[in-house]
Amino acid sequence: MSITEHAKAAYVAGQSADARINFEIEAEGMTLNMGPQHPATHGTLRILVRLDGEQVIWAEPICGYMHRGYEKLCEVRDYAQVTTLVNRIDWLGSFANEVPFVLAAERLMGIEAPPRAQWIRTLLFEMARIANVSLFLGEMGAQLGALTPVFYAFRDREYVLNMIEAVTGGRFHPNFDRIGGLKDDLPKGWIEETKGAMARLREFCDEMETLLADNRIFQERCRGVGVIPREVGLEYGVSGANIRASGVDWDLRRDSDVGLAYKHLDWRVWTHPDGDSFARYWVRLQETREAIGMVEQLVDGLPSGPIRAKTPARIRVPAGEVWVQTENPLGEMGYYVVSDGSPGGPFRCKIRTPSFSNVSIVPWLLQGTYVPDVITILASLYFILGDIDR
Amino acid sequence: MSSEAEAPGGVEAAPVDQPSQALVDRLRGALGDGMLAHEVTGGDVWVRVAPERWYDAVGTAKAQLGLTYFCFLSAIDWMQVDLTATKLWDPDAEPSEPPGDGPGHWRTGIAGGDTRFQVMCRLYDVEGHLGLTLKADCGDENPRLASVVGLFRGADWHEREAWEMYGIEFEGHPGLRHLYLPTEFEGHPLRKDFPLLAREVKPWPGLVNVEGLPGEPDAGAEDGAVSEDADA
Repeated sequence: MSITEHAKAAYVAGQSADARINFEIEAEGMTLNMGPQHPATHGTLRILVRLDGEQVIWAEPICGYMHRGYEKLCEVRDYAQVTTLVNRIDWLGSFANEVPFVLAAERLMGIEAPPRAQWIRTLLFEMARIANVSLFLGEMGAQLGALTPVFYAFRDREYVLNMIEAVTGGRFHPNFDRIGGLKDDLPKGWIEETKGAMARLREFCDEMETLLADNRIFQERCRGVGVIPREVGLEYGVSGANIRASGVDWDLRRDSDVGLAYKHLDWRVWTHPDGDSFARYWVRLQETREAIGMVEQLVDGLPSGPIRAKTPARIRVPAGEVWVQTENPLGEMGYYVVSDGSPGGPFRCKIRTPSFSNVSIVPWLLQGTYVPDVITILASLYFILGDIDR
Repeated sequence: MSSEAEAPGGVEAAPVDQPSQALVDRLRGALGDGMLAHEVTGGDVWVRVAPERWYDAVGTAKAQLGLTYFCFLSAIDWMQVDLTATKLWDPDAEPSEPPGDGPGHWRTGIAGGDTRFQVMCRLYDVEGHLGLTLKADCGDENPRLASVVGLFRGADWHEREAWEMYGIEFEGHPGLRHLYLPTEFEGHPLRKDFPLLAREVKPWPGLVNVEGLPGEPDAGAEDGAVSEDADA
């Protein structure tokens, strides 16, 4: 079977995948369905892989099992009601989803949150990042056959989630951000407890480094696997730690001024030249440490003052268009909000999610790899299904 | 037609505008008449190009302006549908009201527009930290535009999404198939005249801005009184 025939067969298989038909072509090789319920797919993403022996000829992710139509729903809700929706995009770092939307609405209205609100926003943003990425740090091991780290990750993530819950009332879906500020101030004694939790998570990062990053078997499974060259990554819109692991020194926390407190903090952006699965793991590990350091600096330097700006009792956003992007745990997240000035919600709200672009590179990345590497690559790209399908 | 906001009001500061303006000038140099309108506001750049120059514009931005990062590609439907009517549930109301505007009268946003559907594409320079939103009109009834998959491979999924959500044909796309929706799905859900069934069979319980505030004659028409949050 020639290469073009392979490509043709794969294309036909892709067509029929939508029609839910099991399709086997009389040829060498086989079509393998990974998912939608495969344990290594983080949810209901299905990957159709065409194999020749152990080698992947062609792969196509099939998404949409979780599509909830948020862009349509945003158009029939108030601005204040949209935060509830966007919470559920990347459910492991929910607070980080609210921030860019609220910032977009604030920019259209020409208001700015007071400093204390900006600091607490940044604080919760980074805690959402720690909660999100710490799970990845353990889960990557689980997907490669090392089951222990994921239990540590689930255990230690609770420290962060407890602190988020103490402020917002929600472990997963805080819905805490308001246009002009925040819902509430921090509770009493929270700062001390947070410092304890951060110390615990520092230990967790060290543990993960010993258990996984320094582990020879882990390194051999990851090094040189799933290399994303810089140019290809940019062309596909890969962002966040995935692109920093390919040597692109770009972090929106440092490179864009969106009204969060990052410019007051002392931290650095980590990059890795290799672009392989190990680099992606390593960059995320360093980023978690930086985030822990940021949280510690933020609670120490928290300014006093109000936590909400003066806003009209009824939020009404003047006509305009705005694009706001932030560096979310998974990568660049942005909202393109169009307002027509009516009392209702946004006229159009395009949600640019990081996982969507990060996963769109999968067909390119999986070509020519081997089945065990498929799991490594998918795990190291680290996507959340709600973030692809929104 | 081109509008230049010299003094962006309020929150945004001016210093970013110098490189942004330079970006616009270089793009105009490459496209000439193909660039229909532009706007530099709040440190961000919008450029509307002629639809037949869409591929060239994206290519120029990538090759000559260094905007190598593909952020997103999407579309807008500018049909004015009174969405509050859908929200304020009324069993006697028509489910989808006729548009308040029509061909030649579309009310469009930044950088203007002539047609109901517009495609927009956001590119970014990861070294210079400059972003650009390109827009192009693509028609009222059967919107179509050139595909940019040849320039940015990442545009594949974005164009498939815009195709199924808005029905925009991307000419030259290798396979416009459904991305999210099932194959047998009919219609384009993000078009403004596509009814949101959930709102039409059941009143929306979250509707809060119905009653007027005290001292406010017309509910929903005027801004409410400014209140300060006491619990802050």
